[in-house]
This record gives sequence, C-alpha cells and structure tokens, in this order.
Amino acid sequence: MFKTSLLKAVAAAALTMSTWASAQAVELQFYFPVAVGGGAAEVIQDLTNEYVAANPGVKIDAVYAGSYQDTITKVITASRGGNAPQLSVALSADMFTLIDEELIVPFDDYIKTDADKAWLNGFYPAFMENSQTGGKTYGIPFQRSTPVMYWNKEAFKEAGLDPEVAPATWEEMVSFGQKLTKKDANGNVTQWGVRIPTSGFPYWLFQGLTTQNDVILANSDGNKTNFDDPKVIEAAQYLVDLSTKHGVMEPGIVEWGATPKAFFERQAAIMWTTTGNLTNVRKNAPFEFGVAMLPANKRRGAPTGGGNFYLFKGSSDEQLAAAVDFVKWISAPEQAAKWTIATGYVAPRADAWETAAMQAYAADFPAVTVARDQLNHAVAELATYQNQRVTGFLNDALAAAITGQKEVATALKDAQTQADAVLADYR
Amino acid sequence: MTARLPQTREWIHGWLLVLPALVFLFAFTHIPAVATIWHSFFSTPRGRRPSRFIGIENYEKMLADPVFWKVLGNNLWFALGTIPTSVAIALVMALWVNDRLAGRSLVRMAYFTPTVLPLIAVANIWLFFYTPGFGLFDQITGALFGWPQSNMLGSPASALNAVIVVTIWKEAGFFMIFYLAALQSIPVSLREAALIEGASRRTIFWRITFPLLMPTTLFVSINAVINSFRLIDHIFILTDGGPDYASTVLLFYIYETAFKYWETGYGATLTVALLFMMALLAIGQFFFLDRRIHYK
Repeated sequence: MFKTSLLKAVAAAALTMSTWASAQAVELQFYFPVAVGGGAAEVIQDLTNEYVAANPGVKIDAVYAGSYQDTITKVITASRGGNAPQLSVALSADMFTLIDEELIVPFDDYIKTDADKAWLNGFYPAFMENSQTGGKTYGIPFQRSTPVMYWNKEAFKEAGLDPEVAPATWEEMVSFGQKLTKKDANGNVTQWGVRIPTSGFPYWLFQGLTTQNDVILANSDGNKTNFDDPKVIEAAQYLVDLSTKHGVMEPGIVEWGATPKAFFERQAAIMWTTTGNLTNVRKNAPFEFGVAMLPANKRRGAPTGGGNFYLFKGSSDEQLAAAVDFVKWISAPEQAAKWTIATGYVAPRADAWETAAMQAYAADFPAVTVARDQLNHAVAELATYQNQRVTGFLNDALAAAITGQKEVATALKDAQTQADAVLADYR
Repeated sequence: MTARLPQTREWIHGWLLVLPALVFLFAFTHIPAVATIWHSFFSTPRGRRPSRFIGIENYEKMLADPVFWKVLGNNLWFALGTIPTSVAIALVMALWVNDRLAGRSLVRMAYFTPTVLPLIAVANIWLFFYTPGFGLFDQITGALFGWPQSNMLGSPASALNAVIVVTIWKEAGFFMIFYLAALQSIPVSLREAALIEGASRRTIFWRITFPLLMPTTLFVSINAVINSFRLIDHIFILTDGGPDYASTVLLFYIYETAFKYWETGYGATLTVALLFMMALLAIGQFFFLDRRIHYK
C-alpha cells in the first residue's frame, strides 16, 4: 500500500516537473571563468540575474567554472559527455581548438538583421582578430584585456626620475630600471626595477615584446608559428638580459599571481600585468601609481587577451537564439561599462566608452583609457590549432631560456620544431 | 540432483553477497583500467578525425619522449625525497607524543593539523612562504642572516625540492597517527621486563619497539609509495610543473597531456606506464617485504 502510493507520488511529481519545464521557457547553462582578483564572479552573477529579471521567458544558470584552464577542461569534458553548456566564456585563443574539436557553432546564423550586423561591427577590430576565422564569427569579446605597464611614482621620485614619465622604449626601461633597482648594505636587492612575470603562461607578456620587435608569432590561420624568427630570438634575449645582463629584474621564473602584491610591497617599481588588475591595483596600492602602454622597440605593441563568448553545439535553435540575445544584452554599452568599472577589463565596444557612467569614470581615473588606446597597436593573442599544446612548447622554451637551461636560440628552435610537428597536419 | 540444490543456492547467495562490491570494483577500477590499455593502442580522436588503431606507436613515442624520462626521474627523486623522511619524522613525532609530556594533546593536534587541511589551501599558504622578497622564508633569512632573496619555486634546481618539503610536512602527521596507535598497542610488560634486565633506552627501541612496529612501517611505507605517485594537487598551485618540467611528476604529466592538451591516446599510454609501475611496486612490497615482518 505504502509502496504504491509512494510510486504514484513520484510519478505525479515527475509529471508536474516535466509540464513545468515545458511551460517554463528556454533554459540556458552558461559557464564563466574568473582570472583576476576582486569580485568579478559576483558582477557576472548580478548581471545575469538582472537579465533574467527583465526577461521572464529565459532562465540562465550561470556557473563559475574556475580559471580559464579549468573552464576549457570542463567545457570540453561536458561536451564530450553530451551535456554541453549553451554558452561559455573561454579564452579567445582557444577558438581554433574548439573548432577543431567541433564543439562550437558560429554566431553568423543568428546575426540576421542590419541592426545585428551593426552590433557585430561595433567591436574593436583588435578584439575581433581572434574571434573570427574563415569568414565566420565564432567569438564575441567579453572579458578582454591587454597587458599594460604600472609604475610606482614614489619610487620614481626617490630614484630621481620624473614621476610622471614612464619608460617609452626598451632602452629606457633598462636605464630607468637600473636607477630603480635598490640594494641594501649587504648588496642584496630590496627593490627591483622591472617585473615581467614569467610563470604559467609567459608567452602572453612575451608576445608584447615580440610585437614591439615587429614580428608576429603565428599566422592568422593558426597553422604556422614563427618561434625561431631572429626577431623573436632577439625579444627573448632582451627578456633574459633584463635579469642576467642588466640586473633590473629578479632572476628565475617570476610568479604571475604574486606580481600585484610585489608591486604593492615595493619589491618592484615597474610591473607588466593585465589591465584586468587595474581595479585591484587602484584599491590596494599604498602609493601613487601610473599606468602606461608597454614600451616600444621597433614599434609599439601588445597582445590582446582574455575571454570570448562561444556558442556550443548540441543545443536547440531556440536556446542558441536566446543565448545570442543574452550576449547582445550583456555587451550593450550600459552593461559593458558596469563590467569595465568593476574589473578593469577593456570595454570591447566604442559605444560603451560614450556612456555617461564610463565618461565620468574615465574623467576621474584616466588610467582606464590607456588600455583602450593601446588597442590601436595591439595584435591577436597567439592562437593556433591545438593551442594549449603549441603555446605550451613556447612556454617551456621561455622557461628553459630564463632559467639558463638552454641557450635562447636553441630553446626557441626546439619549440619551433615541436610546433611544426603538431601543426603540419593542419596545413 | 536434489542433494546438489542447496549447494547451488549457497553458491548463488555467495555471489549475491559479493556482487555489490564487485560491481563497484569493476565499474570504477577494472573496466577503466582495461579501457585505458585498449585506448593506448589508438590515436587521439579529434573532431574531424576519428581515432584509429596505431599499434604500439604511442609506446614508441613515450620511450622517445625526453619529457617522459625527465618526469620519471623527477618522480623517483620525489619518492626518495618524501618517503624515508616523512616516515622517519612520523616515527619520531609519534615517540615524542607517546611519552607523558605537558600539553600532549595540544602537540598531537598540532602535528596532525597539516593532514586535516586541504592540500590546495596548504599549497597557497606555502606559496606565500616561498615568495621571493617578501615571503616568510626570505623575510626570516634576510632579517637574521642578511641573505639575499631566494626564488625557490622559480629555479629548476630547487623547485622540486620545495615541493618535496611541502609534501613531507603534509604527510608526516598522517603517518604519525598510525605509529601512535601501534605504539599504544605494544604491551608495557615487554618494556618493563627489559628495564629489569638493565637494557638502555636505545636497546629497548631497536630490539623491542622498532621490530614490533614493522607491520605499521610496511603499511605506512606502502601508503607513502602510493602517495608519491598520487599527491600532485599542490604542484598545480606551487609551480604548475615548471620551470621547464623541473617539478612535474608522472601523474601531473598525465593530467596535462590528457586534459590540457587533450592527447587522450598518449595520455592513456602514460597511464598504462603508471599502472605498470604501481603494480610492480605493490607486488614487490607484498611478496618480498611481507616475509621479513613479524606480525606476532
């Protein structure tokens, strides 16, 4: 008796659940990573809630998926298991990987009206470089960044430098750095001149140096790298020389995560890091600081970086259309401005910078415009097929060169050979 | 016929009783292991290219892979660095907190704390200790001896050793608990008898305590060996395997190959190598060490 009534109850519950689900409109799952300090996860959650409140027909389950690396792992695993999310933010540089795995669909099918096309054309071209390939748009820029240079104005003053002028060239960075490097009575360094973090993913900041040396690390088809180009070797040599020859940077691998802290603690007077740390630095730096574009050598230059929205296969048309609508909403000027102010990520569209909120913010804190202006000199982040593998070769080569395990040229030639072996299949 | 029926029923009962355990054992251990071996003979499927049978190509690749050998060497060094030291420290700590001393529970708790903490959290604390310049170690050595700042995690010579220190710190407290339990089960009469005979503390330890602890030592060292292949959580936080694979161990390399580079075929091959080594070690320990240990 008890058993049958229990079964009935279960069946009834299941029935109501299913009718409820079909009456309820579109349900979306949305993965996002967070790669910087501060409350980025809360801001995404708040924005999502705001959208859902305004659109009762859609239900969005926003899932914080860890770092970029964790997110891509989770997305690929979920997709292979047949539970792909409809929408995810992932590294723009992982576009080729996701295409190669046949996991994503282009946005083009959902960009129909002229208004839609105008929206698509409103993004900064530097950000679209690794969002489009083969004439299709696979990614919509969202938490996009670019590395910038932060400097400690007090340290500049103490070293007899003009606190308002950042080094503008490679030579200046070395000469300023030598003045800024301080030693105690025992000859131990208490403050380094420059800090370019090299742990984890050194290729990204290194790409700043190669771009300034006027060379591109990989072609736009993502199937050929130039790791052993003489200009790339020269750039790597410059990076290595900063600690070994000029003595302005800490030797060995320099930790990425500890870099803002080292800056706050006056361990380094100049640091290179993502603009995504801007709000973090503004809140926590106990001294006046400046933000500048990365210094130039043959030209100015920096990579872009950060995450794009991707649409995943295995979802219904209705779901994908709803997902695209959400992406449009969250990248609209007001929302993009809110996001930029909260984190420091570069608002990816010019119209976001024209909002009242953004203009007031930029007037109060002019440093935010540095990253935007640097976009004129920016190139696409290194992205190839089997991206993690290929950039991994470059990371290993840089680590080997920085720690003196290999000659710079040998290390990069080895990396090129390894990359060729992997990419030959894609040509 | 009728006489055999109860026997059949017993047989069915027996199998039914072990069935739940067997199902889980097969679902989560044996089937994945066999599938791994199977996959190691296939190429990695990519979206546009399905996997195909390639025979022992993956194994040839593994034997020619310099990173594999480097990682294997690292693993050996990691095992040599962690196992004897953590077991020895555990024994010393257990002997120490087994004695009657003031604040004994407090000391026991202090020794056991590292075991309770999640390894990822622990690694984040140690990351701060090791930070060049303003990290705890550099602040202490700088203030006391005026040493220059060190970059333990960022130089290939010291990265693995820095990781080993964290592992020992984490593991010793766990092993101490087993030794402590074993020490308390040693009859006091043995020690008293030895004292009447005029034996020194040293003799008591080497002739009575240590031999009676041997079963525990075997258990602890098997665990330590397994852990030396298994404990990699902190590597993700501390060094991410770097610089240039200096602190990568085999399991970390497998994770990287399979879930970062998505070379699942080659990842399976590396896993087979790991399985093979673990099996050899387990067999070795049970068949050779077990014979030399007195359980009573």
